[in-house]
This record gives sequence, C-alpha cells and structure tokens, in this order.
Amino acid sequence: MEIQSPQFKHKARKAIADEQLQRAMGKAKIGFVGKRKKAVDALPEFDELRSSARAIKDHTLEHLDLYLEAYERKVIASGGRVHWAETAQDARQAVLDICRAAGARTVTKGKSMITEEIALNDFLEKEGVRPVETDLGEYIIQLRGEHPSHIIGPALHLNKEQVEEDFRRVHTELPPARDLSQPESLLGEARHILRPQYFQADVGITGANFLIAETGTSIIVTNEGNGDLTQTLPRIHIVVASIEKVVPTLEDASQILRVLARSATGQDMSVYTTFSTGPRRPDDPDGPDEYHVILLDNGRSSMLGTEFHEMLRCIRCGACMNHCPVYHAVGGHAYGWVYPGPMGSVLTPSLVGVDKAGHLPNASTFCGRCESVCPMQIPLPRMMRHWREREFERGLNPATQRFGLGFWAFFARRPKLYRLATSMAIPTLSGLAGRARWFRSLPFAGGWTRHRDLPAPESRTFMQQWRDREVGKQERGAA
Amino acid sequence: MSAREAILSKLRGAASVSANDDARRETVEKRLAKTPRGLIPARGQVEGEERIALFCQMAETVTATVERVKKTDDVPKAVTHYLRSKNLAPSVRMGEDKRLKRMDWASQKSLEVKRGRAEPEDEVGVSHAFAGVAETGTLALPSGRENPTTVNFVPDHHIIVVDAKDIAGDLETVISRLRRKFGRGDMPRLLNLITGPSRSGDIEQTMLLGAHGPRALHLIVVDG
Repeated sequence: MEIQSPQFKHKARKAIADEQLQRAMGKAKIGFVGKRKKAVDALPEFDELRSSARAIKDHTLEHLDLYLEAYERKVIASGGRVHWAETAQDARQAVLDICRAAGARTVTKGKSMITEEIALNDFLEKEGVRPVETDLGEYIIQLRGEHPSHIIGPALHLNKEQVEEDFRRVHTELPPARDLSQPESLLGEARHILRPQYFQADVGITGANFLIAETGTSIIVTNEGNGDLTQTLPRIHIVVASIEKVVPTLEDASQILRVLARSATGQDMSVYTTFSTGPRRPDDPDGPDEYHVILLDNGRSSMLGTEFHEMLRCIRCGACMNHCPVYHAVGGHAYGWVYPGPMGSVLTPSLVGVDKAGHLPNASTFCGRCESVCPMQIPLPRMMRHWREREFERGLNPATQRFGLGFWAFFARRPKLYRLATSMAIPTLSGLAGRARWFRSLPFAGGWTRHRDLPAPESRTFMQQWRDREVGKQERGAA
Repeated sequence: MSAREAILSKLRGAASVSANDDARRETVEKRLAKTPRGLIPARGQVEGEERIALFCQMAETVTATVERVKKTDDVPKAVTHYLRSKNLAPSVRMGEDKRLKRMDWASQKSLEVKRGRAEPEDEVGVSHAFAGVAETGTLALPSGRENPTTVNFVPDHHIIVVDAKDIAGDLETVISRLRRKFGRGDMPRLLNLITGPSRSGDIEQTMLLGAHGPRALHLIVVDG
C-alpha cells in the first residue's frame, strides 16, 4: 500500500477527533488487555516460556541461511515449490505468474499481513485476477476499500453499525428488510456470502505463522476456519511468508505456540493450528494439486546483525499495540502503513526508510508496556530510541527541534555554565508562576501548554538542594 | 545471481553470523536430528483419569461439547442422539477410517452414512482423531482418505471421536507419535490441531461462534 506515514501528525489529529473511531478504540483497549492477563495468569510457566521462545528465535536467526536451505529441501521433497523473492515486486510477480499459469480468475485469501505488506490485492486486481478476502475482518475492510488497522483484528476501528451499513450497501441481492442489528447476524451473512467463493476459487493464498525446517511445513494459526477452506478447496495453495518465519523443529513451533495465542487474543490455543506439507498425495481425497511457497526478504536481511536485529523475533501477536496508549488514542490507520503500534514504529522505518516513517518512533511515551508484554522480549522502546538517533544523525527532524536540542546540548556539555544558567532560570520561573504553581502558557513552550499546564519548578535547582542535604548530613554527623 | 543466492549471501554476510561455517552446519544438523523439547508446562502432566478429565474440561472451556462412552460400539448411538438433540437430518459424512468403519452404523436404522470428502450440502461430519491434548483440549487430525480435511471444515457440525488412551498430556508427546507413524522429518500432507468450534472476534471483539468452519464441535471420548 501507499506509505502515508509522513502524514502521521495530521492523521493522528483527525483520529482523535473521530467519534466513531474513538468509540471503537474505547472497546478495544479494554478487551484485549484483560483477556491476555487472564490467560497469562493461568499459566505459571508463562515467563519461562517467553525466554524459551526467545532463545529459539535467537538461535534460528544466527543460522537463518542454513535453516532456510534445510526448509527448502524438505518443501521440494514433499512435492512443493519454493520461490525466493527479494522485493515486494518480485513476490507479487511470482504470485501472478502462478495464477496466470493456472488460468486463475479468482483467488480466495486467508488473513495475511505479508500480502498487505506487498500490496498484493491491488496488484492482482489490476492484472485481472479477483482477490476475495475471507477472514471476516479482512472481508469488511475490503468492502470499504480500507487497510487493516490492527495486525490481528483488521476491522478493530469499526463499530457494528458501520459494518451493517457496508453489508446493506454491497449485499443488494439479500432482502432489504433483514435484521442486521446483532453481530451474530453480520457474521452469519458474511459466512453465507463467502461459502460459494471457496468452492469457485482457482487459487487460495495464505500467509504463515511459522515455517518448519525439519519437515518443510508451513503453519497457519486462525480462529474462523476461513484459512483452512481457502487452502483446502482450490486447486492451488500459495503460501506467502517472510524469511524470519522459519523455526528449526516441530517442538520449537509448539513452544512458541504456547505464548502466541495467549499474547494475542488471550486464548490458550487458537481454534485452528494447521500444518501444511506439500500438495495432495496419491490417496488424498481433498487438498490442492499444487503447493507453492513465496519466501520474501523485502529488507529483512538488512536488519540482521544491526541494532534492529531483535525485531526479527516478532511473531505478530499484536500485544504491543493492545497495550500502547498512543495506539489506543489514534488507532492503527494513523501510522500510515501496514504495521501499526510499537512493532510498526520499529519495523516500518526498517522496511520503508526512516525518512518516510520518522514520525512513528517518535509517537511513543516510552512507558515500556509494549516490551513488558512482548512474548518474544523485544526491546521495542530501545529500538525506537535508535531510530530517533538515526533520524537526528541524518538531519531529518525539523529545524526548531534540532536547534532546541543543539541549544540544550551546548549547556549540557558545559556543567558549570549549565548550573549557572539553571540556578538563574529556576528561581525566575518559580517566581513567575507565583502561588499558582502552574503555567497555562509560556513563551517558546506553546507546543506543550496548548494542551496541558506546565508545572512550575521548585525555587531551587536539584544540585542546590543536594548540596544542602549533604551539608546537613555532615553537620549531623559532626554533632 | 538468483534471488535465492542474493538473499542467502546477504544472510551469510550479516555481522551477527559467525564465519565458522562448519561449526554452524553441525549445530543446525544436530538440532534437526535431535529435535530437543522445550519447556513443558505442568498443567498437562497428569495421568490416567485425571488427564482425561482435564482434556474434557479444557475442551468445554473452549465451548466444545463433550460426551464419554464406555466402548466403541456406543459411538453410532451417541451420534444419532446428537443429531436428534440438535434437530438435524439423520445423515453424516465421514472418511474411510478403520476404527469408524468397524462400528455398527447399520444399527442406527434411519441413519445415512456417506463416505469420502465433504460436499457443500453435508450438515454433519464425523472424524476419528489421531490424538488429543489435555493441556489445551485440542484434537490432532492428520489428512488422508481415513479422515479427509474437508470433513473438518465444510459441515456445520463436526463430531470428533477420540479414544481415551490416545489423549496425551502435551503436544510434544503427539509430535513424537506423529514421527513414529509418518517417519522422522516427514509429516502427513495436513495436520489439523482443532481447539473448539470456529469463531470470530472481528466485530467489536465479541467472540461469536460459527465463523467459516463448524458452528458446533462435539467430542465423543471412548473409554474402552
């Protein structure tokens, strides 16, 4: 999709004023957090499992080339094909070539963030292949011409009344007087409409939560069953997966599965965990005749061994955004690309460049909740700080900010001057505030005081107070 | 250079990758051959009746319905009861599983048993699980003509029969059994792990049952 991250500030401001969005986000921030906590509290070993899951990914990333080669060998041995893609364009083309060779007119799709990353739907449509999203959330946003606002709940930004409106607008073959006031009826209608599509489609496309080097298996983890119908009924199954999805063995996948669903939706296990290995076998009564895997890099290999290396452990559970106060306030669309929230603020600059996505790592209070709930223990705030440093080094932030930081740095590097300046400024500010103890407005600080009051400082600096304290101690000691 | 070579050479050139290639290869081969187990939570590590009870309890937590029968011969009657209780037509779809085939379906007079892959009009599918996992109330079903994958997803109601002796404490035990059956490094074309009936939380995070897969999951645990 088109990168709109440079408009983050504008989009965030609009999002905060959007009543529908704020209503939807109000529900979102309560639901996920409570469900995760309940599931985590019910498993005493959860934190140990996080460390174990992290160790598996760390080990895999150190040997990523070898595990990918082993994985490829097993896919081929089981009758599947592997297509390596360096860029989004390569991956899109590989999918299209498979569709063309099969004479495919319609493809069904399971929920997949990687196909959002490579903007597959727009591309296929332009080339005359009709993509049909089958996950309920993805289906809704496809009808609206929108992109996901959350990596596991694509339609999180919507209220049920909006969904009803869309269904009435699009499903015109159904009786206009039908009752769609309950979420159950909306789900039932989507099921009814999508059922025949699975049987008609020529190709089914899914993502992958894991690839297993030991067996050449791809795994999808879902709740609805749409991903399974998508990959079982058409003649061809295409898996689109990025290179960091590989883990060594079935046991390793099992270990990470124990933290994935709990962190994402608060389930112990998602409803369907499906292990796919190659195409239909001689005595199989169902399943696809062809099984293809598109292995996509799209910038990930450049993260390996850098300060953003640990981001490659991410298993896309969404816990970081579910616990992020900034995400709660502005929703996913403000981030302007595929991956929102803290994980997006680290990943988006890595994949599309900090020149375009520089606002994102700045959209954080550094409260640290994202890191504390991350099942893979990814130090998200630290990596956002790295992006801020890079942004500054490359001179990408605005002149006033650079000037302000430069001004502060001049004094910070000269402690005597700094102390002198603060010992003059602090009492002045304190005096100016008077008995109110708060500033409602202050020259050069309008960016702050427009939205909140600035607390006035104490009348003496920290260093002065410290000195007095130490002197007091000595005097007491002498006495 | 092919895309494959380009990606692999970038990965090999990364700062975090050590130059000692032989040692790296050996590490990888060893891990793939030994398939070490990670941390197994204590929850599922119980034996006998306690394990079966845990399995049933976990399955009910995820809104599957569970019934226990004494012997294999009781299964057809249990299926008929289920259909009646749900007001369903007396017709089921199932694969060629030997355990299911040995059951006396003819004893259920009006019941129609269709064999083979599921079709859109099928309302009820019956499968026999390879194993159960007590830790999470999960069923493991490999694909094949015994239990076609479509039976797991196309009908509205899915009935899964599982032998109590096949219920393991944890997924790792099931993985070991799969290796014994299908061979090391090999898998059936598809392995479905199923934990409850299909659901979606995509509208206002309200979990609703019956998304695209079965609306109801009924488990029949055979004790004998």
